[in-house]
Amino acid sequence: MGFFTDTSICIGCKACEVACKEWNQLEGNKPELLLDSFDNTGQLDAQNWRHVQFIEQIPDNNGVVMNPTPIAGGQAWLMMSDVCKHCQNASCLEVCPTNAIVRTEYDSVFIQQDVCNGCRDCISACPYGVIGFNEKTGTAHKCTLCYDRLQNGLQPACAKACPTESIKFGYLDDLQAAADKRLAALQTAGYKKAQLYGRDAKVYGGLNAFFLLMDEPEVYKLPSAQNATLPSRNNLAGYAGGFVTAVVGLVAGVLAFRSQRMNEKTDATR
Amino acid sequence: MPPAEHFAAPPNWEWWILAYFFFGGISGGSYAIGTLLRLVGTPADQRAARIAFIASFVALLPCPLFLIADLGQPLRFINMLLDASGGGLSFKPWSPMSLGSWALLGFGLFSFVSFLGAVADGGWHAADPIARILRGTIGAVWNVIGTGLGFFVCGYTGVLLAVSNQPVWSDGWPLGGVFLASSLTGAAALLLLLARSRRDVDAGTSVRLELADRNFVVLEVVLIAVFLVTVAVAGTIGKMSGVWLLLWLVVILGLAAPFAFTRVDAARRWAPVTAPILALLSVLALRALVIFSAQT
Repeated sequence: MGFFTDTSICIGCKACEVACKEWNQLEGNKPELLLDSFDNTGQLDAQNWRHVQFIEQIPDNNGVVMNPTPIAGGQAWLMMSDVCKHCQNASCLEVCPTNAIVRTEYDSVFIQQDVCNGCRDCISACPYGVIGFNEKTGTAHKCTLCYDRLQNGLQPACAKACPTESIKFGYLDDLQAAADKRLAALQTAGYKKAQLYGRDAKVYGGLNAFFLLMDEPEVYKLPSAQNATLPSRNNLAGYAGGFVTAVVGLVAGVLAFRSQRMNEKTDATR
Repeated sequence: MPPAEHFAAPPNWEWWILAYFFFGGISGGSYAIGTLLRLVGTPADQRAARIAFIASFVALLPCPLFLIADLGQPLRFINMLLDASGGGLSFKPWSPMSLGSWALLGFGLFSFVSFLGAVADGGWHAADPIARILRGTIGAVWNVIGTGLGFFVCGYTGVLLAVSNQPVWSDGWPLGGVFLASSLTGAAALLLLLARSRRDVDAGTSVRLELADRNFVVLEVVLIAVFLVTVAVAGTIGKMSGVWLLLWLVVILGLAAPFAFTRVDAARRWAPVTAPILALLSVLALRALVIFSAQT
């Protein structure tokens, strides 16, 4: 099961953020003036399991649109309710040394709070900056896909609260079919940059929370399919480099200790 | 290849981790040099080998404490080794942190036993039986296995950083090798410092350690260059510039010290103490540079 977030109909109301905090009893961070459009939460973290991004593509003081879109004469105000992607090949789950991060029966990625020891390796691995460290509990936190609600036959709080149905929850097959239909309609209407992100296996084997975007993924702070790589890509090269260094280091050491020893022997013979 | 894109949040690994990377590296490097001195050195080198094994264990002692202190839930440190959710052992070979936890445990055993052997050789007779065993072939095998584990402890920390999605760290796969070479450089510098402070260490041993130190520095310089190329290709080298150039300066001074001090007459009399201290600071600065620059 998963989410399909259609950013083309997100109105930035933040009902998802509020519903998430309410249900999961998240206190939220201390309010800050971020001076970033209508954003007042900043990023996904231990207190923000949903985060509405506001991306302003409007003319600067010289009337130039930096990243023109096919929408409204090149101007756009993009909004996206971001969330944990519950990746099929999850970087966090891959590196977690304690097996605190598991895949549930709903195919979601879940951090077991009673097992996590707060090493924060998952935070360094997550390519989306989803996971945050909670100072009070000393553990890592992120969206649970409302695991407790699912167990009781309810849909996640954010999807329930979304007034425009930008956030849809359901079986992936159904969501993918709906996404394909919506994308086709937008492209027919002239939105050439509209695209699905994470619908197929190109990004981390497919995302259980995938998106319909109105611009390139990077605009929404999402790595492109080409850059969406697992941390383990560096395992083999890293260890091989270490092994070769160890061998060369040993040879360098042996040369130093043996050569001087030979010199001493030669001196003694003379 | 397109430039790397990074949207990952920093894990806030800071001073405890820096301290662990430094002491862990010195410990592993000291053990390796101790083994080299024991197996290929002269009889006169054996005193320095003893110092190396003692230094290795002493440097290793605070390492688990640093790691535990860094955890959000320190009392759950055992979850690194035992699976608290499924039972059994928690062992994930593809996770450097998991593998490193086991390597640290294994190396701790080897370093401790070698330490006991070394102090017995120094006159603490309660550990004589261990020292007797370690003097023969079994001791050589023990040292070789311990060196393998020690090298792992030196280098896996770099692999741990590389196996992430952080800028700089994940762009520089040679980090494991860089940290390993740097550990050897730092350990050689520390042993030089300790050897020169004791009159019972043979002067020839110090000369051999100096030569080894210079060889390790050459290896480290090559690896740092490869690391910088990989980071430059990924387009994230800018993260290590600006204020971090000060730490680069410390790194360069430490790397140049073993060569410069022996060639400049005016500096030669300061060399015995100053060059190793600069080298140790360089080891610390390199790790600080890599750890902190990527997270800002």
